[in-house]
Amino acid sequence: MEQNKKVFGIAALYDSPNAIIKAAKTVTDKGYKNFDVHSPYPVHGMDKAMKLPPSKLGFVTLAFGLSGAAIALLFMYWTMTIDYPMIIGGKPFFSLPAFIPVTFELTVLLATLSTVIGMVTFFFYFPNNSHPIHDTNYMKSVSIDKFGLCIEADDEKFNEEEINKLFTDLGAIKIEKIFFPDKLNVKILEPKFIGLLLIVAAFVSVSTYLHLNKVLYLVPFNWMMDQGRLDVQSSSELFGDKFGMRNPVKGTVARGFMPYEYQGVNEPTSPLSNPYLPTKENLSLGEKKYNSFCSPCHGNLGDGDSRLRGQFPLPPSLHSSKSRDWLDGNLYHVIVNGQNVMPSYSSQLSREERWAIVNYIRVLQRAKNASEADIQEIKKEPVTNVSE
Amino acid sequence: MNIDYSQELPVVEGRLTLREINDLIARPMDERPNKKYFIALSFTLSLLFIGAISVALTLYYGIGMWGNNQPVGWAFDIVNFVFWVGIGHAGTLISAILFLLRQKWRTGIARFAEAMTIFAVMCAAIFPILHTGRMWVAVVYLLPYPNQHSLWVNFSSPLIWDVFAVSTYFAVSLVFWYVGLIPDFATLRDTTASKIKKVIYSIFSLGWRHSHRNWQHYEKSYMLLAGFATPLVLSVHTIVSFDFAVSILPGWHTTIFPPYFVAGAIFSGFAMVVTVLIFVRKIFDLENIITINHLEKMNKVILATGMMVGYAYAMEFFIAWYSGNPIEQFVFINRAFGPYAWAYWIMVSCNVIFPQFFWIKKIRRSIPIMLMIVIFVNIGMWFERFVITVTSLHRDFLPSSWGYYTPTLVDFGVLIGSFGLFFTLVLLFTKTLPVVSISEVKAVAEGAQPSHNGGDH
Repeated sequence: MEQNKKVFGIAALYDSPNAIIKAAKTVTDKGYKNFDVHSPYPVHGMDKAMKLPPSKLGFVTLAFGLSGAAIALLFMYWTMTIDYPMIIGGKPFFSLPAFIPVTFELTVLLATLSTVIGMVTFFFYFPNNSHPIHDTNYMKSVSIDKFGLCIEADDEKFNEEEINKLFTDLGAIKIEKIFFPDKLNVKILEPKFIGLLLIVAAFVSVSTYLHLNKVLYLVPFNWMMDQGRLDVQSSSELFGDKFGMRNPVKGTVARGFMPYEYQGVNEPTSPLSNPYLPTKENLSLGEKKYNSFCSPCHGNLGDGDSRLRGQFPLPPSLHSSKSRDWLDGNLYHVIVNGQNVMPSYSSQLSREERWAIVNYIRVLQRAKNASEADIQEIKKEPVTNVSE
Repeated sequence: MNIDYSQELPVVEGRLTLREINDLIARPMDERPNKKYFIALSFTLSLLFIGAISVALTLYYGIGMWGNNQPVGWAFDIVNFVFWVGIGHAGTLISAILFLLRQKWRTGIARFAEAMTIFAVMCAAIFPILHTGRMWVAVVYLLPYPNQHSLWVNFSSPLIWDVFAVSTYFAVSLVFWYVGLIPDFATLRDTTASKIKKVIYSIFSLGWRHSHRNWQHYEKSYMLLAGFATPLVLSVHTIVSFDFAVSILPGWHTTIFPPYFVAGAIFSGFAMVVTVLIFVRKIFDLENIITINHLEKMNKVILATGMMVGYAYAMEFFIAWYSGNPIEQFVFINRAFGPYAWAYWIMVSCNVIFPQFFWIKKIRRSIPIMLMIVIFVNIGMWFERFVITVTSLHRDFLPSSWGYYTPTLVDFGVLIGSFGLFFTLVLLFTKTLPVVSISEVKAVAEGAQPSHNGGDH
């Protein structure tokens, strides 16, 4: 039966690494090209004995490693600066230091995967489980503890007798002829195979359907509304009066609040003294607040000329001698406490704002009743370059 | 006990022949698992079951089942993630860095350590994926993909670096592991008696023929992979440390974090490898291949990295004092003497004090004491991540929101479950794949390589 088969090659087994190195060297020197050495682990010095050129695998790694780096950098450049630019941490759109980690990882990923996939497919032509050498006694020996050399039949110098003699001279412990296996007859339309395909198809379709139509639309958990805290207007069993909302404790003072000692008193005799100097900032604050809150009734310049066209009684002028002789504290008292029909402004103006308004009223009063010295002072001021 | 360190020790003890090595490593896969194996497996599966219940509760009720809340917004999830990623680092270190350094003794333990890397990264991945809440849509915001909003992930964020680093690490470790397994699959294919096993091994061996024309490229690829895995393994824990160091929180915002985290990762990884190998070499009679010398060398690495970690602890305190920053100083004084002082001192004693016993050779080579110390190291390294995360957060800038973090039962359940997953995978691995690389160990056995005068030179 063996006569009918085509010969793949002749293989010899050796016992020691020294013997296989010697055999490989001799076979190479004799000029055989299509031969191979098989050993359970890589034997040192075999590359030299077989005169193999250095492996070119490193070039695959280099090419794909560089492309990994380029792909990562270009992709991040495109997404972060062109497609959706966004300022993050005040850094430039293309902030290289922040892109280094991902670039490095992608370089390593592409370099290693391409090395392994390239080696298996283009250097080994794997997977290949139908090679004639599989399942021979020769293979079973070199898999464990023997060292083998196989000269293939398509070598130019292939000659059975010569090779047998050569192997024996080199101390082979066993010589074996290796044949091509019978052609396997694999039917594609086998029921088992079709059944497997159908099961895979059904599994993939059902899981895809469930994922796209059910899982993606699951209602997210909504127990967040169900919390232990008290909502506004809800009742509580904790307090005697069952009210959830509580008043602050008696005597509670708000942050920044300063109690006013003359609340409700008419014209206090020794009012507060003004703690604020009429600085530029203070006066501009006073002007702003005066214009917002006071000017509708008192007029822009404090003349008591209301803009309200008689809808509200006119207040007296702020330039009367009474109000000009008042202390700052008296003006402040009126703002806080109100007077006649004027309501209190303490809820709308802060302490600083009230004093700023007082300072601003003083400015208006002095401007309306300027002395000769004031006018001389203004005339001395340098002419500004602001054009009318 | 008298060992002469001036001579290189044989990597494989007992003068085993190549066939004996082969049979020894392949035996666990041919024998039926015994009773003890099933007892161990049922134990780890129960741990996994506890984890499964906790995960189910987390998914059903949401991550409110966990104990983290303001001000401690990061707790068990990140602690366990960093812990498991750290465990993984020993495998790549042994398989890549020690390969480049030509340390032959690595062959006996490399396969197992690499497998532990892969399993540890799988355990680590549970936590960041779970903390996203609806994890089945997590891919939508973890990976950059074209979408109708034209939105992309933020490539300036350390959290997205983490996604890339950990997934690359997993992919590269898996490929590295598989490349190492190809020749072993071929050997198993040629020795197994079972038909079904033969089909499986044939598929995974890809038709490997032990041909030297293939070995040549194979060795080259192994070196290239090792060359890439070395910076990769250093980068992964560096990037994990960026999760903390790039923020501006006192206690996290330090430049020492990357090297400190890498040293800690190798420290904890080696401790875990020693813990598991002590049992594996005993149960599977691999004392001649995973020798006491291997364990001693790993203990030396544990001693060295343990001191690096101790140095980092001291340096953090020094910088807090030297910087003159009162907030930084408060964080560190609070870490050592505040409400979490118990965790801090567990960490210091387990990581800095106990490994000092490894200065004594007798202890380095004594299995029971070694086992105790490495388990302490495992505990200490878990607490290190706990201390870094929780103590920095529980006293924040606003004293009115200071709090005390207490984990819930579900938190512990997920942690226990991750241990269950890890040890279940380890147990399955010991029975399905060669726990030691057959071809690599053969290559370093005595007389396996040609002698200089014998090979016709």
